[in-house]
Amino acid sequence: MPQKWIERINLMDFLMWSIGGLILTIIIWGSIATLASARYTSHHWFDFIIFGLAQGSIYALIAMGYTMVYGILRMINFAHSEVFMSGPYTAYFVAAFFASSGLLDRSPIFCLVAIFLVSMAMSTLIAVLLERIAYRPLRSAPRLVPLITAIGASFFLQYTFRGLYGSGFQAYPVIKILEGQWLWGEFRILKFQAVVIIAAALLMAALYSFVQRTKIGKAIRAVSEDKEMAFMVGIDVDRMIVITFVVGGMAAGAAGVLYAIMFKQVHFFMGFIPGIKAFTAAVLGGIGNIPGAMLGGIFLGVVESVGPTLFLDGLGIVAPYQLKDAIAFILLVLVLIFRPTGLLGERLAVKKA
Amino acid sequence: MKLVKMIWPYGLKLGLGGGVVAILLALIGMVESFHQRHIISEIASMGQTLLACTALLFSYLAARKTSRDHLYISLSNAIICGLFLGVALALLVKISTILNLRAVFINASPMLFKILTFGQGPEKGIPLLIVSGSFLGLLGGCLFLAPPLWRRIFSVSLGSVILIGILQDLLRPTFALWGPLAILNDWLYTANGLTRPGAVAIFILTALVAYIWANKKGAWQTTYQSLKPGQKKVVQAIFLFLSFFILLALPQILGLFLSEVLTIVGLYVLLGLGLNIVVGYAGLLDLGYVAFFAIGAYSVALLTSPEIGFMNLTFWQALPLAIACGVISGVLLGIPVLKMRGDYLAIATLGFGEIIRILVLSDFLRPWLGGAQGIGKIPKPFVGSMELSSPQEIYYLILGGCFLVGFISWRLRDSRLGRAWMAIREDEDVAQALGINLVSTKLLAFATGAAFSALSGAIFASKLGSVYPHSFNVMISINILCLIIVGGMGSIPGVIVGAFALVGLPELLREFAEYRLLVYGAALVAMMLYRPEGLWPEPIHRRELHTSNSSP
Repeated sequence: MPQKWIERINLMDFLMWSIGGLILTIIIWGSIATLASARYTSHHWFDFIIFGLAQGSIYALIAMGYTMVYGILRMINFAHSEVFMSGPYTAYFVAAFFASSGLLDRSPIFCLVAIFLVSMAMSTLIAVLLERIAYRPLRSAPRLVPLITAIGASFFLQYTFRGLYGSGFQAYPVIKILEGQWLWGEFRILKFQAVVIIAAALLMAALYSFVQRTKIGKAIRAVSEDKEMAFMVGIDVDRMIVITFVVGGMAAGAAGVLYAIMFKQVHFFMGFIPGIKAFTAAVLGGIGNIPGAMLGGIFLGVVESVGPTLFLDGLGIVAPYQLKDAIAFILLVLVLIFRPTGLLGERLAVKKA
Repeated sequence: MKLVKMIWPYGLKLGLGGGVVAILLALIGMVESFHQRHIISEIASMGQTLLACTALLFSYLAARKTSRDHLYISLSNAIICGLFLGVALALLVKISTILNLRAVFINASPMLFKILTFGQGPEKGIPLLIVSGSFLGLLGGCLFLAPPLWRRIFSVSLGSVILIGILQDLLRPTFALWGPLAILNDWLYTANGLTRPGAVAIFILTALVAYIWANKKGAWQTTYQSLKPGQKKVVQAIFLFLSFFILLALPQILGLFLSEVLTIVGLYVLLGLGLNIVVGYAGLLDLGYVAFFAIGAYSVALLTSPEIGFMNLTFWQALPLAIACGVISGVLLGIPVLKMRGDYLAIATLGFGEIIRILVLSDFLRPWLGGAQGIGKIPKPFVGSMELSSPQEIYYLILGGCFLVGFISWRLRDSRLGRAWMAIREDEDVAQALGINLVSTKLLAFATGAAFSALSGAIFASKLGSVYPHSFNVMISINILCLIIVGGMGSIPGVIVGAFALVGLPELLREFAEYRLLVYGAALVAMMLYRPEGLWPEPIHRRELHTSNSSP
C-alpha cells in the first residue's frame, strides 16, 4: 500500500528527520576523518575521557536538583544555576581565609570538609529561600508564570552576588594534596580529576539511596507521583517540597566546590552555562528520573569533552574547542526534538512534557 | 500581655524582613552608588531616599496587616517594624566597627558607613539610625491611618519630588534650551539636586494638582461620556494628532543625549512588539529571541559593509533582505520546536540563541562573519541625499518603524490570525480541536516576531555602524522579556510603557547601570507574584487572570 505509506509521513517530521540524519552523517564522517588522521593517540583520548567524566559528574550532581524539582513541581527551576553558584562563591572566602592562615596546608582534609559544608549550607539556604519566597505562592498559577519567576530570580540572585562579592574572577586557592598526577602505564590521571569523580560518585550514591531507601525519600517520590494522593495518605506535601529543594541545594553546593576545585576560579556568572548543561543532562536522562540525570550528566560531560575534537577536527574546522558549548546545546535541542522523554524516561510522555 | 501578642507578629516579621532588605541594599552597593546623586541638595541623596522608602514601605505593610479600628496597635506595629529596620542597619554599622567586612563584601566601604550614620560616626550614628527608623515607622503607620485621598496625595507628591530630583540630568538641559525656563532652572536646581524651596514648591504644586485631579476626575469623565459619538471621535482625534505632533517634535525639544536615549527605547519597543506577538499573543516563551535581532543586524552588515565585501548595497536595499532573512530563520528555528510547550520551548530557544552566538563568535566562521572583532564600516541610511547619522535623524527612522510595527500588531491582534494565536496561548489542544492549524499558526507567530526583531536589528546595525557578537547575548532576550512582562503581556501600550520604564529610565541613571539586571530580576519576580497582568494590561487578559485567581 504505497499510497498510505506516503500519506502517513508528515512533511515536518520528514524535514526534522532529515536534519537529524544530516547531523548524524556529519558526526560519523567527522569522527572517521579524525580517527583516520591519527593525530591523537590513545592517551590523548584517555585524557579527554577522564576530563569528561569529571565535568560530567559535576553536571550530574547539578542535574539532580533540576530533575527532583521538576519531578515534584513540574517546573524548571531556572534559578538552580544560581543555587549552584552561591555556594562555592561564599565558600571561596572561607577557603581564602584558610589559605592565608596556613591552615589549608597543615590540615587540608579538615579545610576541605569545612569548605564543602559552608558551600552546601549556602546553596541550601538559597534554594529554600527561593522556594519559600518565589515558588510557593505560585504553585497553582499557569505554567509560564513560575518559569518567568524562576528566570527573574536567577538574574536577581546573580547580580545580588555580584553586588555582594564583586564582579571579578576569584581564584580558588590551590589545595596541595590535590595537585599532581597518578601514572598508570602510559595513562595519567590528574589527582584532582580523580577526586572530583570519586567525590561526586559517593555523593550521588548517598543521594540515590536517600531517595530510594529512606522514609522521607519514599514520601518525596510519592509527592512527585501524585500530590493530592500523597496529601490524602498524610504526607506533608509542603515539607517534602522543601526537603527536595534542600537535597537539590546540597547537591548543587557540593558540585560547586568540585567545580571550583577543577576550574580553580569562581565568578558570579559561573552558574549559567553549567546550569543549562545540567538541565540538558536532566533532559537527556529523562527529566524527573534520578538515575537518568546521573547518566545524562556523565554522558554529556564526555561528549562535550571528546566531541569537538572527535567530530569536528576531522572536518578541518579550526579551533573546534570553541564550539564545545554549541555541541552541548545542539545535543539539548536534538534530544528535546527527537526524544523529549529522555534516554531512560518514559513517564512524561503521558504528562505532556 | 494581650497587647504585646497582637503587636509583635507583623511588626517583628516585616521589620526583620525589611532589615534584611535594607542590609542587602547597603551591602550590594546600591546605597553608596546612589548617594552620589542628590535629590534635595545637601539634604537627601538617592541612596538615603532608597533606604527611607524601604522603611516607609515595610512599616506601611506592617500597619496594613492590622485592623484600622485599633489606632495604637496599627501605629505600634508600624513603629516596631521601622525600629527593627533601624536596628538591623545599626547592627551592620556596629559589626563593621569590629570586623573588616570589606574582606568579603566588596561594597562595605567606609563611605557606606558614613552614609548610614549620617556622617556622625558610629557612636552618634547608631542611636540616630534607630530613632530615624522608628520615626519612619511612625510615618508609615500614619500613612496607613490617613484617609485614602490624603495617602494618595502624599505619595504622588513625594513620588514626583523624587522623580524630578532623579531626572535632573534630563530636565536641566531641556529647560536650558528654552529661554524662559532657564530661569526656572537656577531656582529649582543646584549643581546636584533640587534646592530646598524648589522641593517644597514641587511638593505643594503636585499635591494641589493631585487634589484637583481627584476631585474633578469624575466630573471630566462624565462630561466625556455624555459627548455624542461624533464629538468623542473629535476629542480622540485631537489627542492623537497632538501626541503625534509631540512625537515628531521630540528630538528637537530634547537635544542630542535624550534623542539617543529615545532611539534606544525605540529599538526596544520594536523588539518588544515582536516578542509580544510570540509570547504575549501566541504564548510561546522564546528565550532565544535575540538571535533574530542578531540575524537582522548581521544581514545588514554583510550586505552593506565594504569590510567583508560580499555586496555593497545601500541600507534601503539591504533592509528588505534582512527582514526576509529574519522571517526565514524564524521559520527555520520554529520548525524544530513546533511540538514543544512551555518550559521545554523556553530552554530549546535559549539553546538556539546561544548556538548562534557561539557560531558567530567562533574562529571557524571568522572569514565570513568577522569573529569576535565583528564587522565595521556599515554605511548609514540615506534619505534622498541626506545621511541619517545623528541620533536625532535616526530617531525618525525608528519612529517610522515603531508606527509600522505597532500598526501591524494592532491590526493583527483582532484579526483571525490574532485570535488563533490567543486560542493557542490559552489551550493548544482545544485550539487544535477547533480546527486551528497549529503548524502554520505557530510558524506565523515566530516569523512575524522574527521580522520585527530583524527590522530592529537592521536599524541597530546601521545606527551603530558596526556589529559585534557580544551585543547579542542572552541578556538582551531577558531585557525584552522583562519589558513586555512588566508592561503587560499581549498589550501594545504595555510594551511602550515597559520600554520606557526598563530601558529609558536606566539609560538616564548612569548609577543604575550596574544594578539593572538585579532590578529586572526582582521586577520579574515581583510582577509575577503581585501583578501578573503587568502595568498596562490588555483588558481581556486582566479579567482572565483575576477570575482564574479567585477560582483556581
